Amino acid sequence: MREAMIVTRENLINLILAALLLAVPIGANWLGQPFYITLATRVAILALAATGLNLALGLGGLVSFGHAAFFGLGGYVAGILASHGFSGEPLLFGFSGTNQMWVIWPVAVVLSGLVGLAIGAISLRTSGVYFIMITLAFAQMVYYFAVSWPAYGGEDGLSILVRNQFPGVMTMRPMSFFLICYVILLVSIGLFALIRASRFGSALQATRQNEVRVATVGIQPYRIRLTAFVISAMITGLAGALFADLNRFVSPSMLSWHMSGELIVLIILGGTGRLFGPLAGAALYVAFEYALGGITERWQFFLGLILLLVVLFARGGLLGLLAGRARHG
Amino acid sequence: MTFALALEQLLNGLQLGVMLFLMAAGLTLIFGVMGLINLAHGSLYMVGAFACAVVAAWTGSFWIGLVASLACAAAAGAVVELLVIRKLYDRDHLDQVLATFALILMFSEGTRWLFGSFPLYLDIPPLLQGALPLPGGTEYPVYRLAIIAAGAVVAFGLYMLISRTRLGMRIRAGESDREMIGALGVDIRTLYTVVFALGAALAGLAGALVGALQSVQVGMGEPVLILAFVVIVIGGIGSIKGALLGALLVGVTDTMGRFLLPKILALFVPPAQAGMIGGAAASMLIYIVMALILAVKPRGLFPAAHA
Repeated sequence: MREAMIVTRENLINLILAALLLAVPIGANWLGQPFYITLATRVAILALAATGLNLALGLGGLVSFGHAAFFGLGGYVAGILASHGFSGEPLLFGFSGTNQMWVIWPVAVVLSGLVGLAIGAISLRTSGVYFIMITLAFAQMVYYFAVSWPAYGGEDGLSILVRNQFPGVMTMRPMSFFLICYVILLVSIGLFALIRASRFGSALQATRQNEVRVATVGIQPYRIRLTAFVISAMITGLAGALFADLNRFVSPSMLSWHMSGELIVLIILGGTGRLFGPLAGAALYVAFEYALGGITERWQFFLGLILLLVVLFARGGLLGLLAGRARHG
Repeated sequence: MTFALALEQLLNGLQLGVMLFLMAAGLTLIFGVMGLINLAHGSLYMVGAFACAVVAAWTGSFWIGLVASLACAAAAGAVVELLVIRKLYDRDHLDQVLATFALILMFSEGTRWLFGSFPLYLDIPPLLQGALPLPGGTEYPVYRLAIIAAGAVVAFGLYMLISRTRLGMRIRAGESDREMIGALGVDIRTLYTVVFALGAALAGLAGALVGALQSVQVGMGEPVLILAFVVIVIGGIGSIKGALLGALLVGVTDTMGRFLLPKILALFVPPAQAGMIGGAAASMLIYIVMALILAVKPRGLFPAAHA
């Protein structure tokens, strides 16, 4: 926490980023351009998902290539609860569906955490390339399950007819929904900062830097990593629930490995392990997507090219470029 | 009848396994020798399939197409290695994942640019059309049997290459100690390019062979790539023997699971539900098998000595 109080160049840039993300939709709202509000909401949600992953990947050095599983799971929780809430059919064990976000969010967070616990418990027995491939494979398992299970739309996905409700907020208004996502994003970034500065956060970063030393001082790296992985899954799951509500649609594409790849890309574009790296990355990514998509149909090709150049020549991402190298290796 | 059907499914499983081996062998070789994780391997598979389809359409000969697929995939592999991959050997796995992920985006979109979004079709060559009778009264396509045979030939050839030739000796040396063989005067940069091109050619061959069974389209390599990852994780990353056994295990388990699970479930629940649950469970089966194997052996069945 001490570090966060000091006015560094990075903190200043973080402040500007947060202010910009708020200013853009306010301006768009004023000018009557709701499309840009949706774009900013997308940035906020993707940044939230990537903040979750940043905990495992940035702090813990756990390159999870399967976080789409949690993102999609959160999305399906929102979609399935809403569809049962709409039809009135009871869910498993006599629970009924709901269109209340304050119910949906905890369910998404808890379920993502449980699935994260199961996937993490097995995957974290391995490391390095094995870990990358196993998390990828587990996410694919969830993906194929969603595709082949016809009850909730299978390959076609599931629509949310009316955006879910939050007491006292008109969620269908783009600006209101943006503010919900924005607040959750800031709270999560705050949580990330707290975790990073805590004893647990120090231990987590130590397991990334030198596993043997951590074990020597009597801390089990496996437990630390598993805890981080589960918290990370929870945050990404919450982002998934919001993403489903943004699009009012959830489909297996939220679970696909492209999604997992994109989440990693967001972190790298912004700057690995940085507090506002995911936000910087998400903003850059959505801006690329929008700007390149306006110029050429083949924007993915150029996105790939830019990404390749960033990896090869501009390590440290946007924040690395603007705020200098991270002070912690 | 049921026996014949089961035999047919078993052969389908073998054929899938052989395809997976061609992909997994390249991946595991590249990881074993260079320590590189290559997500773009599925793109090389796609390059092979497109090269075969286009050249076969020009020349009217599947066989020339097959040669073209090997040549194009190997060339694409070599170019990618020289331009990009070479810079990644000293980087961590995260950078390798990202850079090769970027390559996938470029390959997929680039192919769509050149050939459009519509799938191409590749005909089975006249020599291999038709079907052979199976014991039990059904017939099995000759082409699929030919794929199984081709896979066996490649597996044997790869074994001979690695255990009997000078190149193979260098590859093995590269797997056990990269710096040492460099110090002994072997040009390891060229060796790396050759290994990468060899892996690419195997992927291209797999793509071309499968291209005649399915349609040739952008994104065709990705499902196969992920299955190949499962294969090498099960087999032990870096082990060719593990890749072969893992590939056959995954191929047969996946195919037989899709065939048997709904039938087994039908004994307990109504058929419509059995189909639904069985189908969903079968699609997860190989991942469950992988999880079980890893729970017992975290480094796969045949862990490579190093890495």
